[in-house]
Amino acid sequence: MRRAYFKNNWIAALVVAPQLLIIFVFFYWPSSQALYWAFTLEQPWGGGNEWVWFENFAYLLSDDRYWQSVRVSTVYALATTALAMGMALILALFADRQLRGYKSFRIGLIWPYAVAAPAIGLAFRFIFNPSAGVASYLNYAFPDFWDPIMNGSHAMTMVIIAGAWKQVSYSFIFFLAGLQSIPRSLTEAAAMDGARPMRRMMDIQLPLLTPTFFFLLVINITDSFTDSFGIVDTMTSGGPARATNLMVYKIYEDGFRGLDYSGAAAQSIILMILVISLTFIQFRYVERRVHYT
Amino acid sequence: MKLGFISVTAITAALCASSAFAQEEVKFEYWYGLSGQLGKVVQQTCDRFNASQDEYEISCIGQNGYANAVQNSIAAFRAKQHPTVVQAYDAGTADLMMSGEFYPVHQMMTDFGIEIDWDDYFPGIANYYASSKGDLFSMPFNSSTPMLYINKEHYAAAGLQAFPETWEQFEENLKALKTAGQECAYGYAPSTWIDLEQFSMAHGVPIASNNNGYDGLDSEYLYNTTIHVKHMENIKRWYDESLLEIRTTQGGLNSRDSFAQGECSHYFGSIASHAAVGKLVDGKFEWDVAMIPVYEGTERKNTVVGGASLWVLSGKTDEEYKGAAEYLKFLATPESEEFWSTNTGYIPVTKTGFDALVAKGFYESAPYKGREIALQSLTYTEPGPLTRGIRLGGFIQARSEWANEVQAALQGDKTMQEALDTAVERSNAILNKFARTYRGKELP
Repeated sequence: MRRAYFKNNWIAALVVAPQLLIIFVFFYWPSSQALYWAFTLEQPWGGGNEWVWFENFAYLLSDDRYWQSVRVSTVYALATTALAMGMALILALFADRQLRGYKSFRIGLIWPYAVAAPAIGLAFRFIFNPSAGVASYLNYAFPDFWDPIMNGSHAMTMVIIAGAWKQVSYSFIFFLAGLQSIPRSLTEAAAMDGARPMRRMMDIQLPLLTPTFFFLLVINITDSFTDSFGIVDTMTSGGPARATNLMVYKIYEDGFRGLDYSGAAAQSIILMILVISLTFIQFRYVERRVHYT
Repeated sequence: MKLGFISVTAITAALCASSAFAQEEVKFEYWYGLSGQLGKVVQQTCDRFNASQDEYEISCIGQNGYANAVQNSIAAFRAKQHPTVVQAYDAGTADLMMSGEFYPVHQMMTDFGIEIDWDDYFPGIANYYASSKGDLFSMPFNSSTPMLYINKEHYAAAGLQAFPETWEQFEENLKALKTAGQECAYGYAPSTWIDLEQFSMAHGVPIASNNNGYDGLDSEYLYNTTIHVKHMENIKRWYDESLLEIRTTQGGLNSRDSFAQGECSHYFGSIASHAAVGKLVDGKFEWDVAMIPVYEGTERKNTVVGGASLWVLSGKTDEEYKGAAEYLKFLATPESEEFWSTNTGYIPVTKTGFDALVAKGFYESAPYKGREIALQSLTYTEPGPLTRGIRLGGFIQARSEWANEVQAALQGDKTMQEALDTAVERSNAILNKFARTYRGKELP
């Protein structure tokens, strides 16, 4: 196979430069700054800092509140990923069957991804409001059944649903594209052999979807660790009693509101390592089960 | 390249224009945190200042929230793009003081020969922002103190007359209201500022050692040993007995709006909300404010100021400082104070400003009637060592520790005493870290 390549390396460098510059300015530079701060005690207004080696990390790792935040983040990440991908897969399978009106469903299912997280937070805050929202009917029927204001696990459920709702459309697009790239001849042949839709799904479509599935797993897990701020901020502010204090929200609270720059920097470094290693684990162990066609 | 030509011309024109004006007007920036209606009034004070003279031009930029104003100023400061004046909230005072990156207003006014009668400031307000020698570091601006808001129609329906002066009476009133069939007698949202800080001030008990942090960085929190514990246990009991209902923004309707819509009979909030509550109630029912209660057997002390003050940051030119000094002087005039107090619920910060309003009969009729009670509360006694204010580093985080633990106790996860013990222990760790970060420095 012939490969296209640039004869002149300068042109190649020039073409890549803008992208590299953006990555440098928005990723490497801030990350290196955070890394430096994580090993110092930084005074918020400048004016000096002190090199403290691993003191910030030692403090965090011995802090049960920090571990609690890691725990709720993990629950949130796993639950939103499972919920969002499960919902997206079901919706995509139906949209792919080309039942009546599937085109409008397809568009309708895509646009929630364009809604900003705080807007989703506000909308769901209303829906789940125990005294005034849609969920208040539940409380009429079963008093004290639903109370996300005071009950931590209710609040967590609420945040997970909102977070998953936001992710469904993204996964949906990819699942649908994945389904549509499966050759029709395969499903048609199976149909000729008498396989019903359910059997065709289980034996043909789902196995052929594993690459998409794997890609979405990585993206969704990463996203739910790093991109949950807007929803938590508008819906619960990390409460009640830290039940929804996800890692990104805690970084914001400690760093920007509490002006503890070093502690927040150390937390972001840990979060970065966590996300990188999760991705690594997925590539190392989950990808083995993926069959690329 | 037509666009290029136009923009070059435009830039040249702009440069010529600005250099022509440069001799006439010195420009400087002011970043404020207040938003909404209050933010608009801040903007109006700037417009009034610009209209009042032609030497300086202040440009006021809203940052949408106190926390944002401080965060953005820090980020800008590190990039040397910071404003000359910034509005910083009460709880961030210690952090700013330790930074040293400001021009003390007391010093600035002396340097520019502007006469300000510092004794004219109410001591309960000035002490919060003053150095250990009593010199003001920042200019008191929007100042408030908490009040008890009472729905008088609910009181009448329950056969109640007097406003509660003690928490014991308050509890009796809650019970009477409940008996009279009032669903929500007290709309409560946990607030460190009211339940801990101002409560401790009014009772004259310490929040932390070293006179609430004024005497050194090696302070420790003490509130888990004071009458504050008893109060929070009462709150928990009232919650269990449904004498109070929790009303937070996350729950849809916060305590202020629950009160203003006539759902709850009581709510504790800043006097700054007086104007907003008035607008929301809109004459639908009779209401009034009272000082926050104290427990029987305690001698009531003054409460302290909440709100924000104006800091002048370092690294600016003398010209800009002169402009900032003029603006602060402008804000301190009785006319400006009247404008500010009329359009917001905030109280005047100087005795002259207050007296001028009293003389005009400002406080005698609605909608301003009642706001003078905030000043009574602030000036109830002369501020003593425990009622000057709070000077504790990382106080924002300490507030959040308290709030989270109190929520846990209200949920029933632990007793209130355990919750407050944990909050104190964790807040002490924050203080330690703060002292560590500023090792070798002293509170100015």
